Amino acid sequence: MNVGSTAPTEVERPSIDVRPDLPWLTIVWNDPVNLMSYVTYVFRTVFGYSKEKAEKLMLDVHHKGKAVVSSGTREEMERDAQIMHSYGLWATVQRDS
Amino acid sequence: MSSGFKPGREGGVVTGFDAAEVSILRSLVTQTLGLIEPGETGDDPLERALGIGASEQSNDPVLARLFPSAYEDGEAAAEFRRYTEATLREGKRADAKAMLDSAEPGRVELTREQAEAWMRALNDVRLTLGTRLEVTEEVHDEIADMSEHDPRYPVYVIYDWLTYLQDTLVRALW
Repeated sequence: MNVGSTAPTEVERPSIDVRPDLPWLTIVWNDPVNLMSYVTYVFRTVFGYSKEKAEKLMLDVHHKGKAVVSSGTREEMERDAQIMHSYGLWATVQRDS
Repeated sequence: MSSGFKPGREGGVVTGFDAAEVSILRSLVTQTLGLIEPGETGDDPLERALGIGASEQSNDPVLARLFPSAYEDGEAAAEFRRYTEATLREGKRADAKAMLDSAEPGRVELTREQAEAWMRALNDVRLTLGTRLEVTEEVHDEIADMSEHDPRYPVYVIYDWLTYLQDTLVRALW
């Protein structure tokens, strides 16, 4: 990014995607180290999910290999993924398809 | 051996360690801390001030696990890493230091905030050890079947003990 310019300049914008903003997803992936109790705890504290919902998501991660843990704007999902990484959970961001 | 964590006062937790246990914990946390360098940022002072850092995933499997890619797409993953990894490093270092500051032989009482730092730091140590040992989900059963003469036995026992400690810590915070 050029931060040296003092005046705004007209730039040719790329063609704008006119589809409504599709939600983005945060996905948590299974791994052999993270504890089931710990993963449930993280889902409950970070997202404020009920014990039941947090446990269901944790079991989805465990049995299916991954689970969608949150959805929203890309910025929100990147924030969620960063929080997951701070807890040592393996999370990725992708557009809902 | 430590009987694990129990709920303490005002949402905190309490446990007890002997000198040998504290020495193992401190040594493992120090090793993990040694792997996680301070928020690695570029030479540009503005980039440093903004916490913008390196964009490539480490070749070391442990660091690749501690700082995973957030996108399948390489370019998006690099961009995300550039803006988040320095902060992530600092957070993990702060958790490890919080654990080193409060790991003493005898009775150990932690506030909720300290306990959460321990929980994450213990997890980082387990991720480090687990990745190096290439553990599977059956690790607990593997240890049960492992001969005590197996050269891997001591480190697997330590891994199992850390798992137990972390699990009791999570449940004590519930």
